[in-house]
Amino acid sequence: MSEAAGHHGAAHRADGANPPFSVILEMRDITKEFPGVKALSNVSMTVRRGEVHAICGENGAGKSTLMKVLSGVYPAGDYEGEIHFEGQLCEFHNIRDSEHAGIVIIHQELALIPELSIAENIFLGNEEARGGVIDWMATRQRASELLARVGLKELPDTKIKDIGVGKQQLVEIAKALSKDVKLLILDEPTAALNEGDSQHLLDLISGLRSKGVTCIMISHKLNEIEQIADSITIIRDGRSIETLRVKEDGVDENRIIRGMVGRDLESRFPDHTPEIGEVFFEVRNWTVRHPAVPDRLVAKNSSFFVRRGEIVGFAGLMGAGRTELMRSLFGRSYGTYVSGTIIKDGKELRLRSVADAIDHGLAYVTEDRKTLGLNLLDDIKRTTVSARLKRITRGFVVDEREEYNYAESYRKSLRTKAPSVDEGVAKLSGGNQQKVVLAKWLFTEPDLLILDEPTRGIDVGAKFEIYGIIQSMAAQGKGVVLVSSELPELIGLSDRIYTINEGAITGVLDKSQADQESLMRLMTQTSSRGSGAARASA
Amino acid sequence: MDKVKKIFGGDTRQLGMIFALVALIIFFQIATDGLTLTPDNVINIFQGNSYILVLAIGMVLVIIAGHIDLSVGSVAAFVGICVAIAMRDWNLSWWVGILLGLAIGAVVGVWQGFWTAYVGIPAFIVTLSGMLFFRGANQFVGKSNTVPVDADFQRIGGGYLPEVGPDTGYNNLTLLIGLLLVVGVVFGSLRSRRALIKLGAEVEDAWIMWVRLGLICAAIIGATLLFGSGRPGTSFPISGLILAVLVLVYGFVSNRTVIGRHIYAVGGNRHAAELSGVKSKKINFLVMMNMSVLAALAGMIFVARSTASGPFDGVGWELDAIAAVFIGGAAVTGGVGTVVGSIVGGLVMAVLNNGLQLLGIGADATQMIKGLVLLIAVAFDVYNKSQGRASLIGLMMKRLRGGTTDDVEPEPTAATETTPTTETIRQNI
Repeated sequence: MSEAAGHHGAAHRADGANPPFSVILEMRDITKEFPGVKALSNVSMTVRRGEVHAICGENGAGKSTLMKVLSGVYPAGDYEGEIHFEGQLCEFHNIRDSEHAGIVIIHQELALIPELSIAENIFLGNEEARGGVIDWMATRQRASELLARVGLKELPDTKIKDIGVGKQQLVEIAKALSKDVKLLILDEPTAALNEGDSQHLLDLISGLRSKGVTCIMISHKLNEIEQIADSITIIRDGRSIETLRVKEDGVDENRIIRGMVGRDLESRFPDHTPEIGEVFFEVRNWTVRHPAVPDRLVAKNSSFFVRRGEIVGFAGLMGAGRTELMRSLFGRSYGTYVSGTIIKDGKELRLRSVADAIDHGLAYVTEDRKTLGLNLLDDIKRTTVSARLKRITRGFVVDEREEYNYAESYRKSLRTKAPSVDEGVAKLSGGNQQKVVLAKWLFTEPDLLILDEPTRGIDVGAKFEIYGIIQSMAAQGKGVVLVSSELPELIGLSDRIYTINEGAITGVLDKSQADQESLMRLMTQTSSRGSGAARASA
Repeated sequence: MDKVKKIFGGDTRQLGMIFALVALIIFFQIATDGLTLTPDNVINIFQGNSYILVLAIGMVLVIIAGHIDLSVGSVAAFVGICVAIAMRDWNLSWWVGILLGLAIGAVVGVWQGFWTAYVGIPAFIVTLSGMLFFRGANQFVGKSNTVPVDADFQRIGGGYLPEVGPDTGYNNLTLLIGLLLVVGVVFGSLRSRRALIKLGAEVEDAWIMWVRLGLICAAIIGATLLFGSGRPGTSFPISGLILAVLVLVYGFVSNRTVIGRHIYAVGGNRHAAELSGVKSKKINFLVMMNMSVLAALAGMIFVARSTASGPFDGVGWELDAIAAVFIGGAAVTGGVGTVVGSIVGGLVMAVLNNGLQLLGIGADATQMIKGLVLLIAVAFDVYNKSQGRASLIGLMMKRLRGGTTDDVEPEPTAATETTPTTETIRQNI
């Protein structure tokens, strides 16, 4: 596959050998390995001077890794392959090196310091100074010029925390321009922006292009890519699949999606015959505000239901609001509740705390094992019982014998590989840590088990085992909600799949209807572009 | 082993500190020509440090939860003066005075806990404020005077177990406590061993357990005879008894109760704890409040021992207590630490202090040495963690344990296994 991809790119180079354009960047056969994982294998891509070049791929395909290689986050020598920039072979050892060459990356999480002013942020690490003393006149003046270039009408002395995310993104770009950028890399630049700000940003990128700045843009929003990109390189499973020329090839969203998901379903799912019962859990018109940004809704009027014994998938791209929705349901542990009801077994639940939610038979396995799921200082047995200690307490006293018994039997039935339940969870591999987390939540005896990315960062063997556990939970008549970024996993396990985009449920597909293309279409659909459910049932 | 490991605090770091403590005692015993392990001196060490050790018990919980309390010295002094004046002016009996003191401590704790837990002001700031405020309050209430307390009250700081029963040449109650301890340790050890065997867990060889029990019992008997054979009228101090009860209670609470587990959970990873249903604000509140109650107790013990409450009681105590906790193996970032470890840490400082004094080394040099000991103890810990291996003493202990616990049991590979069946999982639910 990668061979073909390489040739494909090469073919395009040959096509345009008589240039209206020249090549600014060429990455050749980039291979980057992490212990046990090949994140990139023989990725090649060519970027023309003065174009907007989009990189598309599923979550985890290797887009960000590739950009980290390019910007020197992973230093030369850490990867194989060559980077040619402006016709020269480059070996960047850190971000400073790549910035010196004129490559600036703007990460998805903005790297601005809230308490400093716009001007101070723009020149942070690159101060307008003489002998260590900052020239404030020059700083302000240059900042004003840069702000004018990005079309931001704010005073240079305004603090970052006093302007919105959209304007902060513009400050990041101004900061990049201050470094005489030749190649600007934007990682999901519009992920956190509303529609107006997004459009403004896209216009700005167009403007920069007309002034000769080349842009590489990673985005999940295919409509934006279609609108602005000149070329699109598609990366899948760490390989460069193809490079599309938007105008010449007549690329549309469907064409991009086909490239992104065009692989066979992995047939790595245990056999399972669902026995689906009646609806026992239902969410109606659930609306939740962002905890810090009151005018942003993270869940918009979402309704869904779960039947007994059913595995319900939730598909959505990163930042679509899946985690936010689930956490807001789980005892309001995220965001500010606005409206909506939860109905379980015919009764309305008002869950005001996580403890409430656990008492009412909800369990939520967090997306991020290490920061949200585990106390890494703890051992297996204490972790196993931690979410429902009262099951093994008399009065306030923990019965250590029962603790040991439960932990040990979960260790055996889930096949957690550890010398004993006294082992610290920090010493376990990712897959075994995840099993401990699952044990912790199975111990709470939930009726509804919400799993958020349960197999992220886990090797194939452990994945298969976790799939088996999920299915056996459903076979016991529990409801399972499965949030995953891996479409094959969702399709392989789920009986029904909801899609979410920008906080709203955009469609629902039965197992028989769901394939990667139809899901991807619903996942990238903005709610303003028509009813997803209508299209899905058509 | 696990049970006894827990008696010592459960990790190699603390076993290391126990070895260090023993080594320190032996060193000073030799260096001072036997002056260290005399009844008078040992009693003196306990009485002179019991209030710091009481503070260390509260402080370790605060530090496990990820906070700090700088106000304990001032709170202790404030409570001390209040109780002394109340008892003098209102003629209260000693136990009413103690209850009053604990109540004042609780009120102070509610104040500090409220700001820390529910308003979300860092404990460092809240208790820095408390340190200033209650120091001033002590001097305001007492008009910067020294207020004496009566003899009944003095017993909790300076008193001893009474003489009862036949003349054995030793203090009988002290002997009784020693005997109970020995029986308790042996019985507990055997019981947990039986329980482990019943569970099918691995146990160490019997002789290892007996050797260890022998060592522990010898230490207890030695201490008992030492405390029991002092000058007539002296024996195991009451303040030591209070401390021992607190160690048992708080050791149990921190390890075996829901609240204890929640304190570790909040300190280890607050977000994970909250997503497991732990009410972290409540835990933070309780921990801060408990600290002030124990500070009140420490203040009263000190007043009782020094027979009067003064305007400069408790200056610098917070730092001694914090040092004891960190020498005892707690982590600055929270989530790690034990009650017993902190007591051992406190005793290391106490023995060091005492031994250097006996050797005639001045307070200036003593301070310098104590400062370095704190730094080295924690540096040793940090270094070992960064190297990813246990300390030398930890390795020795592992060898002693037979090394059985660290062998990974052979497991078939995932590919050849069937997935866990519904039945096996259902059994667990």
